[in-house]
Amino acid sequence: MHRILRLNWFGGTLGWLWLLVVMLPIYWVVITSFKTQANYFITNTFAPPASPTLDNYRTVIENGFVQYFLNSVIVTAGAVIPAVAVAFMASYAIVRGAGNRWLRSINSLFLLGLAIPLQAVVIPVYLIIIRMQMYDTLAAIILPSIAFAIPLSVLVLANFIRDVPRELFESMRVDGASEWGTLWRLAFPLTRPALVTVVIYNALSIWNGFILPLVLTQSPQQRTMPLALWTYQGEFGINTPAIAASVTLTTVPILIAYAVGRRQLLSGLTAGFSR
Amino acid sequence: MTTLAPPAVRVSKSTAAPGGGRGGSLIWFTVPALLIFTAFGIVPLLGVLALSFTTWDNIGPIQPSGLDSWTAALRDPDLLNSLWVTFLIMGLSWLVQTPMSVLLGVFLAAHFRYRGLLAVLYFVPLLLSSSAIAITYKALLDPNFGAGAQLGVPFLNQDWLGDPVLAVGLLVFIVSWQYIPFHTLIYQGAVRAIPQSMYEASLIDGAGRIRQFFSITLPQLRYTIVTSSTLMVVGSLTLFDLIWVLTAGGPGRATEALAVAMYKTGFQANLMGPASAIAVILVLVGLTLSQILRRLGGGRGDESQQEGV
Repeated sequence: MHRILRLNWFGGTLGWLWLLVVMLPIYWVVITSFKTQANYFITNTFAPPASPTLDNYRTVIENGFVQYFLNSVIVTAGAVIPAVAVAFMASYAIVRGAGNRWLRSINSLFLLGLAIPLQAVVIPVYLIIIRMQMYDTLAAIILPSIAFAIPLSVLVLANFIRDVPRELFESMRVDGASEWGTLWRLAFPLTRPALVTVVIYNALSIWNGFILPLVLTQSPQQRTMPLALWTYQGEFGINTPAIAASVTLTTVPILIAYAVGRRQLLSGLTAGFSR
Repeated sequence: MTTLAPPAVRVSKSTAAPGGGRGGSLIWFTVPALLIFTAFGIVPLLGVLALSFTTWDNIGPIQPSGLDSWTAALRDPDLLNSLWVTFLIMGLSWLVQTPMSVLLGVFLAAHFRYRGLLAVLYFVPLLLSSSAIAITYKALLDPNFGAGAQLGVPFLNQDWLGDPVLAVGLLVFIVSWQYIPFHTLIYQGAVRAIPQSMYEASLIDGAGRIRQFFSITLPQLRYTIVTSSTLMVVGSLTLFDLIWVLTAGGPGRATEALAVAMYKTGFQANLMGPASAIAVILVLVGLTLSQILRRLGGGRGDESQQEGV
């Protein structure tokens, strides 16, 4: 079918060069994380470690890594699960109640949310969190994270629910199912691929979130991974292998998740943007 | 997802009248999402506008102060610098990212061995946090202890973060490193959607590779270019994490983009009023630019949005 889309030498060269550009810093950070500090200074920086060591990882773990990791897990799970759940319910209502004036306005409100940059509203969010006496808690990060995950989730989920054949909904109704029952027993299983995509996408952006933890927490006990990395950098100073180990350690969970959910994420994203 | 909707169903869907009556009970389903989105999305959006007409030092009471915060923000010569830095980074990274993503997208759309593997590996930078990326490059390019110093490569061995021009250049490079993969994937999909018959016809007319690229591929990608550019522009407007970890706005104010200026004014200088004014400017610039880009795109983005609604 794509007979004309053959490989060309220019694109080929550029493509493989780009792979090198993408992979070189990642390769460097991984091999450096296994070097001793003394070894790092005397060997070629891009050569693999002569005598690999796990000491750097021990240093990072002894410096609160487990706590930061758990904080990130709590924030991510605590925001993504409720966000996708409420967005799913709202999407169901928006699709099934199409034509209702109120639901149409509510949908427009969520779409407007796509245009609100998080950075621009961080000051009032900070004020609200202080007034709610939640400053420096993980909940302070979770609540705005839920809010900012909702618009895109509603957009993507509504598009998927719209693809469920209308006849299926009608037959559920004829059988006397409530909207709640239809939501759970029909829409939920049929839109599972979309739900997984939305979960992965939101989890990624919340896991990597920086400005909310920076503004809404202050004590080391509440640090999430991106913020922890930033402070590790100060703590480890010129101990480059330890810094490399902290970067590697925080990145491994995401890479594992990517390896597991790659197909889902990529196809979901392409579908979401092509619409 | 398309497999869920066979063509026959699509037809019946479009002919069926919207059920207006049942909406009432369904509204309750939107309440939880609506509550939290309003509290932490809509209220803060209105709040930042309200706060820009007050003075607040982050500790004391919030005092209404008319236009004081706005005049303070607008009179600050650093605001002009921040706008300039923001547009500079936006423009430069657009110039780097767009041609690279188009070319890589065309390349990835072809069929060849390892194509799948390449697409998977290209995606990796998007998974990493900006904080991890900034720290990696900072360590890698450290003038005293980084790779450049060790390898003795003069180009690498420079004080990247100490020189205003180099710092901006490095920032643009890292943004591109992080986001070219994403735009490449968008272009890859768009290239594949170009009808093959156009290329076949052009072959009969004797068009070569390069001619085909400029006469078919590029014109066919114009809507994708608008979409991708909009995402790039809005993305660079809200660039914060990367700059904050990499340079914190320095050296001097060379990389102090709008979002960084807002953070420094608000959370370091404790001038929440002027910081809110900067935040409002950020929103206005973003809305203006995305409207302009939408016009350039000939309103197609508008239609597809409406279709989604």
